[in-house]
Amino acid sequence: MSSEPPGAAMTGTRIRERRLARGIAQGALAASVGISASYLNLIEHNRRRIGGRILLRLADALQVDAQTLSHGAEAALLATLREAAAEPREKPGEPPPDLDRAEEFAGRFPGWAHLLADTLRRAQAAGRQVDALADRLAHDPQLAASLHEVLSVVTAIRSTASILVETPALEPEWRARFHRNLGEDSQRLAEGAERLVQYLGEGPGTGVSTGRDILSPQDETDHFLSASGHRFDALERGGDPDAVLAQSDLRPGTSAHAQARAALEIYRSDASALPQAALLAAVARHGTAPLALAQDLDAPLPRVMRRLAAMPEDAVGPVGLISADASGAILSLKPLEGFAATRLAGACPLWPLFRAAALPQVPLRRRILQPDRGARPVLAIAACEVAGPAEFNMPPLLRSFMLLLPDAPDADGDEALPVGTVCRICPREVCAARREPSVLRAAEEAHDASGF
Amino acid sequence: MTSQVLLIEDEPNIIEAISFILSRDGWQVRSHSGGQDAMDVVRARKPDLIILDVMLPGRSGFDLLADIRADPQIAATPVLMLTARGQRKDREMAERAGASLFMTKPFSNAEMLEAVRSLAPRT
Repeated sequence: MSSEPPGAAMTGTRIRERRLARGIAQGALAASVGISASYLNLIEHNRRRIGGRILLRLADALQVDAQTLSHGAEAALLATLREAAAEPREKPGEPPPDLDRAEEFAGRFPGWAHLLADTLRRAQAAGRQVDALADRLAHDPQLAASLHEVLSVVTAIRSTASILVETPALEPEWRARFHRNLGEDSQRLAEGAERLVQYLGEGPGTGVSTGRDILSPQDETDHFLSASGHRFDALERGGDPDAVLAQSDLRPGTSAHAQARAALEIYRSDASALPQAALLAAVARHGTAPLALAQDLDAPLPRVMRRLAAMPEDAVGPVGLISADASGAILSLKPLEGFAATRLAGACPLWPLFRAAALPQVPLRRRILQPDRGARPVLAIAACEVAGPAEFNMPPLLRSFMLLLPDAPDADGDEALPVGTVCRICPREVCAARREPSVLRAAEEAHDASGF
Repeated sequence: MTSQVLLIEDEPNIIEAISFILSRDGWQVRSHSGGQDAMDVVRARKPDLIILDVMLPGRSGFDLLADIRADPQIAATPVLMLTARGQRKDREMAERAGASLFMTKPFSNAEMLEAVRSLAPRT
């Protein structure tokens, strides 16, 4: 929002009127408050915004109170502050705002007052956006129609099936008829469910657009990185991250821009330490075995892993890379087909990505397999690096990386380690890492619980 | 004379299944699948109970219910509303519009029978 409250422009006019009414020359007033006559002239013609000390001194010199001079400007701000004061409080025990001192607050701390007003406006705008989204879920006609269709067919199937099951000695004609209905309905259900999945998969903003897409900064950064295939030719040639960012949709000053910039900085220093030509030459000798590459190139394993993930696919094959900070938050995500990973709802703690942090100096190499349909075993190599400078008496802050490579049946012949995606959709029943029950097993779990 | 149920619903296989279980339970079932001309059918048949889907082609079940409640000849007829969305808002709308009972799809046959039996006296 604009920082100029309505009415601010009129302050200068009021100062001029007041000065003329008192018969004071412009130069004399300017001198008495310690500003130049030309500056006062600009103020009087509303060409400069004033506030704070100059306003107070002018008010003093003109023998009016500052409120009167700036009332137009302050009125909107004060109204917003009163509005803020009327907002329900999170903690009822806290002292209420001093409503009668709102003017004093705005006058003495105009910056804080405007910040408070801006924050209120932003909160209100965010609230409206949430309402609009909730409204969309409740009233989206396409979603409602799809759901209605699916539920109607389910109703018909349920009713028909229980007639078939529960009616003793059902006449053959009826039986044939209901069987035919079941056949038709199950076909329609399959189609309806498919349409629904397709619609939901498109996500808000791509189908029936109700405004701009709602993306988290992290999502925006992901979009930016995956749009380029997690590879930046300009940076491979020693280019500047800011030049790359300037050609992107990311707006400077946003969180997504800052995150992308940090990612590109790491990319640039990796690329200058391990140029593509040297890396690919080593790959020709060792294949994509990260540890052998790290030894050959005398480079830290996480850096080798990041570089492998940035190489063209025709040179190194498909490579996925996931990184996480010490809290387990996923920092970056370059997917590998056959391994499902999402930022939403938290990842699976069984991934080598997270287990590597238990022994930071010991890189892990395991074949892992997710339970999802369509999942294939993949080879995971996980390693940690220390983020930030070393400090005395402080345990290091670790960042973990997990490289994902297509499955290579192990020489050691070890079984693929079963891991999950996220708990909610994971069918593995006995799991020490489980955070919440799975929606897939909810029905059976109650039944199984007696077994443990 | 058997009690007559009028089923206003656009899903043919739901009509067939409900008609089957209700007629086995001793009801005379008539069905209608359009929203536009449903009022004419209601006025002509004067059923003992109406089962009404909220989402009908051509006309909302809520509008139809309002018309039923506004017509003195048929206003007292019990109406069982069916909807695919069990949201509180729909339930409130159905109650305001004068539904006697409200059922969310997918329901079981037993629930349907129980609802119909509780709403209409059998003769």
